[in-house]
Amino acid sequence: MSKSYYDPSDLRKFGNIADWNEELGKKFFDYYGKVFEEGALTAREKSLIALAVSHVVKCPYCIDAYTQDGLKRGITKEEMIEAVHAGAAIESGATLVHGVQMMNKYNKLSM
Amino acid sequence: MLIKSLKKRENELANARKQLKILSEGIFETGELPMFSAQLEAVNKSVLKPKTLEILQINVGYMCNQVCEHCHVDAGPDRKEIMTRETMQQCLDVIKKTGAHTLDLTGGAPEMNPDFRWFVVEATKIGVKDFIVRSNLTIITANKKYYDLPEFFKKHNIHVISSMPHWTKGKTDKQRGNGVFNASIKALKMLNDVGYGMPGSKLKLDLVYNPSGAFLPGDQAALESDFKKGLLSDFDIQFHQLFSITNLPISRFLDYLIASDNYNDYMYNLVEAFNPAAVENVMCTNTLSVSWDGWLYDCDFNQMLELKVKSSVQHISQFNKEALSNRTICISQHCYGCTAGAGSSCQGTVT
Repeated sequence: MSKSYYDPSDLRKFGNIADWNEELGKKFFDYYGKVFEEGALTAREKSLIALAVSHVVKCPYCIDAYTQDGLKRGITKEEMIEAVHAGAAIESGATLVHGVQMMNKYNKLSM
Repeated sequence: MLIKSLKKRENELANARKQLKILSEGIFETGELPMFSAQLEAVNKSVLKPKTLEILQINVGYMCNQVCEHCHVDAGPDRKEIMTRETMQQCLDVIKKTGAHTLDLTGGAPEMNPDFRWFVVEATKIGVKDFIVRSNLTIITANKKYYDLPEFFKKHNIHVISSMPHWTKGKTDKQRGNGVFNASIKALKMLNDVGYGMPGSKLKLDLVYNPSGAFLPGDQAALESDFKKGLLSDFDIQFHQLFSITNLPISRFLDYLIASDNYNDYMYNLVEAFNPAAVENVMCTNTLSVSWDGWLYDCDFNQMLELKVKSSVQHISQFNKEALSNRTICISQHCYGCTAGAGSSCQGTVT
């Protein structure tokens, strides 16, 4: 067994998930493939959204995959870092907006 | 940024045999990944055989004004291999009788060959349907003596195909050297000014895109659309088609892959993207590559790996269509580069 929870070469084995439950695995990969097709949003735009979300959910496999995917699509590093900031801003905003709860509670409990 | 070729630096990867050895050991030797020959067998193609010869690609020399990081030719200003007029004459004699509809001049920078213009004028007289010159663009602005190339190309109805790794400066200069982007933009403007690449123009100007790093090219049509938008809005430049080409793991790109610890992952990407449909149309089946000294190869990549055609006829001076059409194409693991995804050739995707 690997001493690390994350091994970059495990990304290549992602498809093996279907080995233990073919039906659900197939449904997932079909869905996944469909989601990233050209639609109302371009595949390029979806790739940048995926990159931002990869950072927010802190998935190293996804970060590797969507950095590479962006490079393939000719997405620039300026676009990539802005997408990561958009994700980071939402994530930090999500923390900070809870400050309102803290303030509400503080005010309620204070004389 | 590179300034000298692998050959000049006496790097071991300048040696074709060393490259072929690397491509046959490691993950391929252990069986972790299948050899290209085994992959062909798995799709019932035990060997690759040529079809009708359509394209004669002539490498008129390895000298170039640029030293690009990914160059499979290991070209540069220090390369002295240049085709002589005598060999050019032998090529002309062959062009007359092959029936190939496309003549494709490459290098190095083909324009740096002192007999380049003579060759173009003579070859034009033969009247091939599509006469391509692969120009790196910067050569046009490199020296006064090249400034009239757009007019020269126009006069002889040359189909210009030029390299452009990105529509932004940073990526282009990283791969091809500082200043290359601005010089390329200037050259593209000069070509547009004489009519090349304009909508509806018969003066064909196509661009070649190849990734600036250890990743495969994305969808050719999507990239073309982004290139067109970027070059038009930022620089008012137009072109016809974009050909996306996969970098093959040989020469300077192989050196880069190994040095950056990307070799294994890149080979995995190529093998996983193997597309049997691309095998049907790989360019070695309709192309013949001629080196500066007149030897014949299945493609420009095999030329750099010094894999001469497996035929009783190996030199342009002995050209025999029949003998060559019966040959078996030489393959190694670099061939995965032409069969990945939508396939890759000097004319872009093949599926």
